[in-house]
Amino acid sequence: GSATNYITRNRARKKLQLSLPDFRRLCILKGIYPHEPKHKKKVNKGSTAARTFYLLKDIKFLLHEPIVNKFREYKVFVRKLRKAYGKSEWSTVDRLKDNKPSYKLDHIVKERYPTFIDALRDLDDALSMCFLFSTFPRTGKCHVQTIQLCRRLAVEFLNYVIASRSLRKVFLSIKGIYYQAEVLGQPVTWITPYTFAHDHPTDVDYRVMATFTEFYTTLLGFVNFRLYQSLNLLYPPKINGQADTELKPAEGKEYAMDSESYLEKLSALSASLARVVAPTHEDEVEMDEFPVEGETAEQMDARKKEQEALEKHKKLFEGLRFFLNREVPREPLAFIIRCFGGQVSWDKSLCISATYDVSDPSITHQIVDRPRVEQQVVGRYYLQPQWVFDSVNAKLCLPVADYFPGVLLPPHLSPFVTEQEGDYVPPEKLKLLAMQRGENPDEESEEEEDEEEEEEEDDNDKEEGEEEEEESEKEEEMKLKKMEEQKTQSNKALPVKVTAGKLRLEDKQRLEQEQQSEEKRLAIMMMKKREKYLYKKIMFGKKRKVREANKLAAKRKAHDTAVKEEKKKSK
Amino acid sequence: QDIRNTVGNIPMEWYQDFPHIGYNLEGKKIYKPIRNKDELDMFLEKMENPDYWRTVQDKMTGADIKLTDEQVDLVHRLQRGQFGDVHFNPYEPAVDFFTHEVMIHPVTNRPADKRSFIPSLIEKEKVSKLVHAIKMGWIKPRKPKDDTPTYYDLWAHEDPNSILGRHKMHVPAPKMKLPGHEESYNPPPEYLLSEEEKLAWEQQEPAERKLNFVPQQYRCLRAVPAYSRFIHERFERCLDLYLCPRQRPAWVWLTACLSQVNVDPEDLIPKLPKPRDLQPFPTTQALVYRGHTSLVRCLSISPSGQWLVSGKDSPPRPRHSGHAGHCWPGPTSLGGAVPGPGPGPGPPQHATICLVAICVEQSVLLVNPCLGDKLLYGATDQLLESYVAPEEERVQPVQWVTATMEEHGRGVRLVVQHSKAVKQVTWHGKGDYFASVVSDNSNMQVLIHQTSKRWSQNPFRKSKGLVQCVLFHPIRPYFFVATQRYVRVYNLLKQELTKKLMTNCKWVSSMAIHPGGDNIICGSYDSKLAWFDLDLSTRPYQLLRHHKKALRSVAFHKHYPLFASGSDDGTVIVCHGMVYNDLLQNPLLVPVKVLKGHVLTLDLGVLDVLFHPTQPWVFSSGADGTVRLYT
Repeated sequence: GSATNYITRNRARKKLQLSLPDFRRLCILKGIYPHEPKHKKKVNKGSTAARTFYLLKDIKFLLHEPIVNKFREYKVFVRKLRKAYGKSEWSTVDRLKDNKPSYKLDHIVKERYPTFIDALRDLDDALSMCFLFSTFPRTGKCHVQTIQLCRRLAVEFLNYVIASRSLRKVFLSIKGIYYQAEVLGQPVTWITPYTFAHDHPTDVDYRVMATFTEFYTTLLGFVNFRLYQSLNLLYPPKINGQADTELKPAEGKEYAMDSESYLEKLSALSASLARVVAPTHEDEVEMDEFPVEGETAEQMDARKKEQEALEKHKKLFEGLRFFLNREVPREPLAFIIRCFGGQVSWDKSLCISATYDVSDPSITHQIVDRPRVEQQVVGRYYLQPQWVFDSVNAKLCLPVADYFPGVLLPPHLSPFVTEQEGDYVPPEKLKLLAMQRGENPDEESEEEEDEEEEEEEDDNDKEEGEEEEEESEKEEEMKLKKMEEQKTQSNKALPVKVTAGKLRLEDKQRLEQEQQSEEKRLAIMMMKKREKYLYKKIMFGKKRKVREANKLAAKRKAHDTAVKEEKKKSK
Repeated sequence: QDIRNTVGNIPMEWYQDFPHIGYNLEGKKIYKPIRNKDELDMFLEKMENPDYWRTVQDKMTGADIKLTDEQVDLVHRLQRGQFGDVHFNPYEPAVDFFTHEVMIHPVTNRPADKRSFIPSLIEKEKVSKLVHAIKMGWIKPRKPKDDTPTYYDLWAHEDPNSILGRHKMHVPAPKMKLPGHEESYNPPPEYLLSEEEKLAWEQQEPAERKLNFVPQQYRCLRAVPAYSRFIHERFERCLDLYLCPRQRPAWVWLTACLSQVNVDPEDLIPKLPKPRDLQPFPTTQALVYRGHTSLVRCLSISPSGQWLVSGKDSPPRPRHSGHAGHCWPGPTSLGGAVPGPGPGPGPPQHATICLVAICVEQSVLLVNPCLGDKLLYGATDQLLESYVAPEEERVQPVQWVTATMEEHGRGVRLVVQHSKAVKQVTWHGKGDYFASVVSDNSNMQVLIHQTSKRWSQNPFRKSKGLVQCVLFHPIRPYFFVATQRYVRVYNLLKQELTKKLMTNCKWVSSMAIHPGGDNIICGSYDSKLAWFDLDLSTRPYQLLRHHKKALRSVAFHKHYPLFASGSDDGTVIVCHGMVYNDLLQNPLLVPVKVLKGHVLTLDLGVLDVLFHPTQPWVFSSGADGTVRLYT
């Protein structure tokens, strides 16, 4: 039964004959996680104490893991080394160090992700972790090699995204910068911190993070290899121009990474990568369309349209030449601009492989993040960095007027939010949606605002309607009471006055509605306990959502009026 | 040096807590010299004693020692890094102690070995071995270790067989939540927290917070600082990944509930027949009977539906004056309420006899209301008077007393005097028998009386718990006894227990039987209504939790498939309860109407409900002193 399917952590540890840190490492590497038994009491021998349970099958599976032996070897190695140090036998120390046991995680990656798509699905955490580790200082905390490897893999991945133009969404949050790319149809989201020194917290166990990173680097390396292969790119990546000059295989430099300057050049993200097969002047062959069965023409059209929009989105910055000022975060912007086909350059003193100078007259956009710009050059827009991010999210080049240096920026919205019906939609988003539909926002903005307000009011009405339903019963009661009172009064004052009865227009619709709501109430009464619980929970969630949306709308309204008043005052 | 203390070279702190500081040569304790100098003395000494600076304490003896001039000098020299001995000269001219004169004879005259002239054979062998090994390629120069991992196409041959059961059973970790507008560095103003919200946020536990950060607005990108909890968040994610127990959601709805995408809540509502199609049933309040001043405890109606009896719960008024209470004509011809005194009047009349049983404290009064058909109530009186006392007096648990003349004038015919207060009376369908429940703990709780023979019996030998109510089967000789948690069904002919129904309730309050006799409903104080199908099982066929408070009474309609329940929340819920003749088809229970009207007084709402015998009308009596008719 269920009691034999589970095993507590301590028992599992004893079964594997591992110390707790080793067990933890093994679990992290093999991706074994505790399970919550359905009947905790049965599994826990009747006690309800909090205990973590692993599946017995998982633990048995770990028994055959070759890495467990490596762990033990390593333990022995450390013991020998310590002994040799203690006896000051330096030749032994050297010999031992040369034979340090090491292990590879290749087979574990293959085992955990039998198909490539599986690996892509789990890439989010791997990327975020690699990007974080690559920003660590090269002192203490973790091995320098790990940091370098993380940096290398991260840069390789960025280069792949540029080459495949698969970036979809970017978001500047207060935590860091979120990116979402669509890799082979899978959305992959990662976050990078802003480039500042970390103040390393003391309550974080870096060993756990390092173990995760160990696995993630292996995974990311293999994924990168496969991704580069899928684009016919050389792996390890080579920069295009250089590849032409030193194509001689006799060079023997299989690894582009050998020199650090090469990695830097690569991480500048300004050059395109060399391909295994020279691009055969693709201009992709028009895909023949095979209508999928059961798909109507409409759906096909929609799909086609979507495809076109996607293509357009990919070529968003094509033909534009950007120049990044020194105060602008170079790497994210260069990455984003290159992802959408733009050309980008920066100050020579900032980073290597800048392609053109500030004075280049062909520059169309200069990204600036300072209150005002001295000596403006005619023929280019001076813009704040948010323009790039907002344009990418809006899938079109936004009007530049809002983003001039020193101008109060419009709010930066999250592209990850898709508002469902009933959710609160900030007015900026509505404006954006209108713009995407192709309407001119400037003329209609005010109208829209009005509409919004109306909508909000509608929302309010709806809520009131709900309340009314509840209140309708009360109203009925009140009516009954009144009638009673009238009757008693009439009984008391017997000389009955007959007044002309008022013709009450019974609202048929309303009556019907009431009837329906009552039917619903009665039906709810008949629900099973479990279903009723669920139903109530869902309804509660819905109501809370509405409440929150209303709160936000009210806040916005208050803010807007405050701003307006201030404007009036200033006038 | 004369060492008086024999403890040796040890830290003298060990003797800190003792009165002595060691032992002398004889093994006697050496006591610490008495030191009674306080700080002031120390200070005075420091000021006055010119030799204070050269006074030190001997740790071994504890005595103060004044250093001599030589000793002070030694200290100074040592401090300066010079040799302790004044007379030692470190810079004496070097004396060549080894001879500088060349001697003519060697010190030893041993001739040199031969081996010092020829190469070593052993070494040669060793070297040639190594040379051979190198030539054969057995020894290779040490390779520099390559740390950079190599990558290759791991998924070159994707094998569908490699997808094991493990992978199918794998519960993938949920992805991190994607950021919303409020996380932006420049969010719309409505997402920023106001002062109060910020305060509330700070006071919440970190685990309770809806957002794990405070939304903030920055004017431009260069003003955005690093997020201080970035590493924390990654670390927490790592912990979640390997420590958080995961569970495969068995219940599909649960996932739906979590995602709130798939399930439309409307789908959960069961599809029931429309109440409109189940008419007739009472829908509106038609009449309110006032006249009672306090709780109307119970109701009863004549078989024709023309007369209604209601009993109120009051400090027992003298029964006579109570009965003197008038029958005031109601607004319609239908009912006249008779305010019955006492804690619980019990109902019924029958088609051939016309009697009302009223319980007042310890007695049950049988009253002929003298209403309606004159022949009928005349016949009833005759029936009662035709009683002939048996020759031998039988021992009875109760006393049958004929009413006095005065009482007779008010309609009382017989008085059945019990030993304890009577809770409930119920009539048998034939009208001759009735059963009463006495509030008692013994086996005397339930008594069955026969009116025509004026004799009573106690059917049970043993008490099975506190009896709440009893009921006669309308057709068959069955007798239902409801205790707190069970309903027992007895066969009166065979005198045995036939069934024991588990109500699944904590405390049964009332019970009613379907006129067909196969279905029972039980109301309970824990606001549940249990419907039993006697043919089906001893457990409830359905447990309805419609009311929000305790149920006080339940009732079936005689002809229509309706039943009603009245509760302390002031509502009467009328349900459609269709019982099919086909035994295979389960009864259909649909609530059709919630009737409101009673005002809550003393936390009590509806105390009794009753259906009109022929019309789809329902009466309810409440704690607010009214009886209401819903049609």
